[in-house]
This record gives sequence, structure tokens and C-alpha cells, in this order.
Amino acid sequence: MDVLYFAWVRERIGLPKERIETEAATVSDLVAELSAREDRYAAAFADLSALRVALDQELSDFDASLSGVREVAFFPPMTGG
Amino acid sequence: MRISVQEEEFDLGAEANTFAAGDDANGAIVTFTGVVRDLASGDLDVMEIEHYPGMTERALTKIAEEAQQRWSLGDVLVIHRHGRLAPGDRIMMVATAARHRKDAFEAAEYLMDYLKSRAPFWKKEITTSGAEWVAAKDEDEDALTRW
Repeated sequence: MDVLYFAWVRERIGLPKERIETEAATVSDLVAELSAREDRYAAAFADLSALRVALDQELSDFDASLSGVREVAFFPPMTGG
Repeated sequence: MRISVQEEEFDLGAEANTFAAGDDANGAIVTFTGVVRDLASGDLDVMEIEHYPGMTERALTKIAEEAQQRWSLGDVLVIHRHGRLAPGDRIMMVATAARHRKDAFEAAEYLMDYLKSRAPFWKKEITTSGAEWVAAKDEDEDALTRW
């Protein structure tokens, strides 16, 4: 699946997008898998209350299933307007 | 309904003049414009606005469709810019047209409340001393509870 990062999450991880092969069942599982990879991921995902997640471009939550999902995006709370 | 996510400037006068033009069922048109505000210190150089192409358009369309379901609206317009903006630049506008002003005003406020915290935009303030992401405000999230 494609994993996208925006704003300070993108800066902390150091890339806007990557393709990941994963068996993670839920968003939380994916976060745990990424955090275990490298410090920069662990730093970005340290406080999940400061993060939002979208699955296939719809806002979702960390308990959600990744079954059938093609695009996951992590970003801070939005500041439009 | 028209949703536009764009980097270039928009012409507020031209947009206001053509919005809902020719539909004489509308007795009220409300327009709101958001402008890049300088910091209290007066040293904002650039406001950089990042967004999530694809999701941004979907989120704005959904918010506008919800407004159309809640109020009786003749038309809805949302324009939101991204990229590098300077203090005083227009960031975005919404316009609503309705038979009566109450629907037009309320729908415009609803659109603004929702697009502040449900549309995937992120603002970064760049000054001579550095760059900082703008933090979301609790009051923006709280504002949604009134709807």
C-alpha cells in the first residue's frame, strides 16, 4: 500500500510517500511496525493523540482495519481556512 | 456547487459578481474571505499551505454537500489556495446563495467551521527567525459541536 505523510510528520520521517508491503491488520499495527523500523518513525509516531489518519482519503482512526485499503496517510490535526 | 483548490490568486470581485448570477430565486448571497494575517510581532514573511491532493477536493465537496442538505441553498462556492502566500494575501473564500439570509449566513459559517478542521490543509509560518507549523486550536474543534 502507499503510505503518505504530511506537514511535520513528513518532515520528521523525511519523505512524503512510500510504498510498503505489510501484513498489518490495523492502523495501530502499521504504526507499531513502522516505529520499530527506525528512530525517525518512532519519533513521528511517539504521540498518537497529536496525529490523524486517513484511509483511502477518508478520515479514520487508529483502530481501523487495513483490509482492502490502498492508501494510508498520517498527518497532524488540520489547519485550513 | 463549485470547489476549487488552487495555487493561483483568485479575483474576489469577479467571483462575487458571477456567483449565482442569473438565478433570481436567491434573495441573499453571503461571501466570506480568509486573509493571511501577520503575526503580532509583525515579522511573518511567508505562510506556506500544504494540502493532500485528492482528499482535499473530496473533503471540501463532502462539507459543501452536507451544507446543501442542511440548508436550502441556491449555490455554494469554495475556493482554497495552497503554496506560498504573503501577509495580506487572500487564502480562501466561501460563498452561499439562498432565498433568505439566515440560510446563507448559517451555511457559510458551517462551511468555515468544518473546513478549518476537516479539510486536509496545514499552515506553516515562516519568519526571519525560523519556520513553525501552526497548531490546531481546541476552539476550532469545539466549534463543530454547535452544529
